[in-house]
Amino acid sequence: MKRAPTHSYPGINLGEHHASAHKATEVVTFGFWVFLMSDLVYFGLMFAIYITMIDAQAGGPGPHELFDLKSVFAQTLILLTSSLTVGLAMLALKYNLPRGRIVLWFGVTLVLGLSFLVLEVRDFMAMAEKGGIPQRSGFLSAFFGLVPMHGLHVATGCLWLIVLGIQLRVKGMTDVVISRVVRLALFWHFLDLIWIGIITIVYFGGLTYG
Amino acid sequence: MDRRSEMHRRERRRYVIGYGGSLLLTLAMFGVAQVYGIETVGVYLTIGLLGLAQLVLQLVYFLHIDRRRSSREDLHLVLFSTLVLMIMILGTVWVLGNLATRMHMHLM
Amino acid sequence: MTPTKTGFFGRLNWDAFPIAGLIQNPNTNEIVANTAAAVVIFGVVVVVGLLSWFRLWTPLWRDWLTSVDHKKIGIMYIVFAIVMLARGVLEGVVMRAQQASGPGDGFLEAEHFAELFSTHGTIMVFFVAVPFVFGVANYIVPLMIGARDVAFPRLNQISLGLTVSAGMMLMVSLVVGEFSTGGWTAYPPYTGAAFNPGVGPDYWIWAIVVSGIGTSLTGINFAVTIYKLRAPGMTFMRLPMYCWTIICSSILIVFAMPPLGVAALMLAADRYLDFHFFTNDLGGNMMNYANLFWLFGHPEVYLLVLPAYGIYSEVFATFSAKRLYGYNSLVIATMSIAVLSFTVWLHHFFTMGQSALINAVFGIATMLIAIPTGVKVYDWMATLWRGRIRFSVPMLYGLSFLILFAIGGLSGVILANPTVDYQVHNTLFLVAHFHNALLPGVLFGLLAAYNYWFPKAFGFRLNEFWGRVSVFCWTGGFLLTFMPLYFVGLLGMPRRSFSYSDPSFHPFMIVAIIGAIVITCGLFSVLIQLWVSIRDRAQTRVPVGDPWDGRTLEWSIPSPPPAYNFAIIPKVTDRDEFTAQKAKGTAYPTPDAYEDIELPRNTGIGFVLCVLSGIWMFALVWWIWWLAAIMTVLMILAVIIWTFDDSTELTIPAEEVRRDYEAWLALVHSEAAVDRDFETSPENRGLARPDLEVAT
Repeated sequence: MKRAPTHSYPGINLGEHHASAHKATEVVTFGFWVFLMSDLVYFGLMFAIYITMIDAQAGGPGPHELFDLKSVFAQTLILLTSSLTVGLAMLALKYNLPRGRIVLWFGVTLVLGLSFLVLEVRDFMAMAEKGGIPQRSGFLSAFFGLVPMHGLHVATGCLWLIVLGIQLRVKGMTDVVISRVVRLALFWHFLDLIWIGIITIVYFGGLTYG
Repeated sequence: MDRRSEMHRRERRRYVIGYGGSLLLTLAMFGVAQVYGIETVGVYLTIGLLGLAQLVLQLVYFLHIDRRRSSREDLHLVLFSTLVLMIMILGTVWVLGNLATRMHMHLM
Repeated sequence: MTPTKTGFFGRLNWDAFPIAGLIQNPNTNEIVANTAAAVVIFGVVVVVGLLSWFRLWTPLWRDWLTSVDHKKIGIMYIVFAIVMLARGVLEGVVMRAQQASGPGDGFLEAEHFAELFSTHGTIMVFFVAVPFVFGVANYIVPLMIGARDVAFPRLNQISLGLTVSAGMMLMVSLVVGEFSTGGWTAYPPYTGAAFNPGVGPDYWIWAIVVSGIGTSLTGINFAVTIYKLRAPGMTFMRLPMYCWTIICSSILIVFAMPPLGVAALMLAADRYLDFHFFTNDLGGNMMNYANLFWLFGHPEVYLLVLPAYGIYSEVFATFSAKRLYGYNSLVIATMSIAVLSFTVWLHHFFTMGQSALINAVFGIATMLIAIPTGVKVYDWMATLWRGRIRFSVPMLYGLSFLILFAIGGLSGVILANPTVDYQVHNTLFLVAHFHNALLPGVLFGLLAAYNYWFPKAFGFRLNEFWGRVSVFCWTGGFLLTFMPLYFVGLLGMPRRSFSYSDPSFHPFMIVAIIGAIVITCGLFSVLIQLWVSIRDRAQTRVPVGDPWDGRTLEWSIPSPPPAYNFAIIPKVTDRDEFTAQKAKGTAYPTPDAYEDIELPRNTGIGFVLCVLSGIWMFALVWWIWWLAAIMTVLMILAVIIWTFDDSTELTIPAEEVRRDYEAWLALVHSEAAVDRDFETSPENRGLARPDLEVAT
């Protein structure tokens, strides 16, 4: 049987099972994509600033003293896995799996997101102990302007996840809530993309050129 | 119902493939850094390409950006954004790099 | 950051109020500052008093502040923009007066003069041009594309709230503390904590950040609206030119606001948290700021001027009774300008010291932009060619624009040459150039739009005589004010000088102040025009809705339009859809059936965020940390609680739609169609007799 693909917007498609939510979701999801692109420019410029300030260490500690690749590796794996679980949560919602399954994937994603944040904050504290505070140099300012900004996005995602969890509980699977979960999943995947940029440019780039 | 579970399986597989691929690329990235050290441009270039590959992989498998008709307008959006972003980033690095050289900022 | 002792109210104390300065040291400078503060307070008192006297608080809240109707939001944007325009113009006049008072120190102190040019620039760009442009877009775009509202009506209200609260910060800075003295560009390190520990730059930063968020949301909203909500049959190549310019302008916003946000937030990090992005020490680099700011700044001028191009395109076509010439080339030119505008930012700092190669590349890119702009000018002239031209007020603004903008554009091409730019950089030549681009380009366009679409919004035409007076005042005032600045700029007078010693500049400055006074007359004639038009509205009503023999869909519905805009969504078959309908005789159709219409329900979220963000900004400026923290939490909570509200739609029954629509149709059939010769007479009730040249 050959069927035209029902994907009218990327990310997770609700398809014909949620037809009423479909049209409204299409417009909102496209709008959210545009927002993400605006946010992408924001991050892109912070990357550019970081690149231009990689040498501006002003005698302070540099990447080799401060970066802990093991922790970064762990954070990468955690965030990547959470990107998978948020996708699975979305699929569970799309195919009307039992609510328990949805809650499970939501919960796992939240735990992963929070552990990512814990590791990241631990990294920052370790850096601070070695004198790596943003007030020390232009390079560190650029680092702390970029990486915690990503962390703040992840924290926002976690808050969003909690609010949506409550709304799922209070309202059930209404069209509006489903469409919000679609956007949350997009947001979460987007943050994973930014994180790939961060490990490539901030961490590896810093170690190579810093 | 059968078709639905079939579609479900297919979509879930898509995620798992994306996840597996990203995992491999991440491991390769950190592996290269571990084995060869992160000092030379060659190593960094390899890492950069691995990062780029992972970006594309996730765009296709997680964000469902591809050349299918229905997702084409999002593809255009992403491509246009990339164009503008590249102009901004490369321009910034070019201009500021040139200024740094001319001001001998590496001596400061 | 300088460690200042801060109390419960942060660093806010009695010295922050200008009256303290007046008591300690009464002089002209303090009198001017106190007058400005008094005007703000007086204005607030008068508005509050009038609202209470006429018992208008409830209607204000119910019909306006909580409304999510794009038409009302558009009107509120425009009212806000005109209030700010009045302040901006008066500041310009005070600055001209200072320089016209001759060599020497004038009557203002340097600090005060610096505040004036900083607020003038900030207001005119962020709180006049942007809200005016998007106020008009709010009103017109959904009507033009046959939609019932914008894509995200509630988000639209939030955008308005954030823009207004940011603008209010500039008003508050007149009364409490002082505004930045760093110009609208606020270059560090001058605006950094080391040189400027006061509150001024902080007012600038937060006003820019918050209004920037509002503008970004607007950009997203309009990009999606035009992309997704067009009426059936309206392909991109049938999109009215104005909507094309708005979609390009929205795209520019989406990509150009982030650099500004990044720059302003990094400056805030430097000032509040002692970061080193732009400081002189520890690796900070202010050149990054200049680069970031103009990554935003250049697209910004195009996002302002493109919608004006769109307005002129509509005005020229309508008042020449001809199809817009070279539509395809105009679309391509608009798109090219939008993309090219991201490749030229460096021409704002040719003198920063980068290599000649880089300067040459950006200089050539800058000159390239003149090509699509030139294409547009030729297209407009060809539209006028052999048209049945009526010299109405919007048309006069348009003609004034065509001539003056060519001059402004040419002076831009001169400046695009780095070698020339080295000579005139930072002189009044530059000031003359960008005023020459922005006044005829943006402001005249917006005033043309105001005159052109006013009958659509309010159901009666604006007074022609006072409209003409305002055209002549604005045009003449502009020429008198800014042409002399080209000359003194070439003579070497730096911009932003509060004093000068060369007496040969003086005569030019005298001419300029005369021009500034004429411009003020222009501003007042706009207000008088409004007053006279409201007084005489019985003579100028156009309830049928098509006073100018319009060509696009917004003219096919009643004036003022119902809340749902279109009783029946039109099926579009032509670029000038309404003209085509009139030619085929299918205008004002009677549908077989009516349907229920869903509209977004009123909400207070925009107003709540407006107030909360206003207090938040104030708290941050004055270091009242506890208040800022509370406001942050409250804003997050407000948004979360708001997302729990499900009853967001309101249904208008088909019966009500039918009743209103058929009443209007009866009116249409009872009116006599008027020829264009009687366009400005009372007989013009908004039913047009289509012109002969319809087909061309």
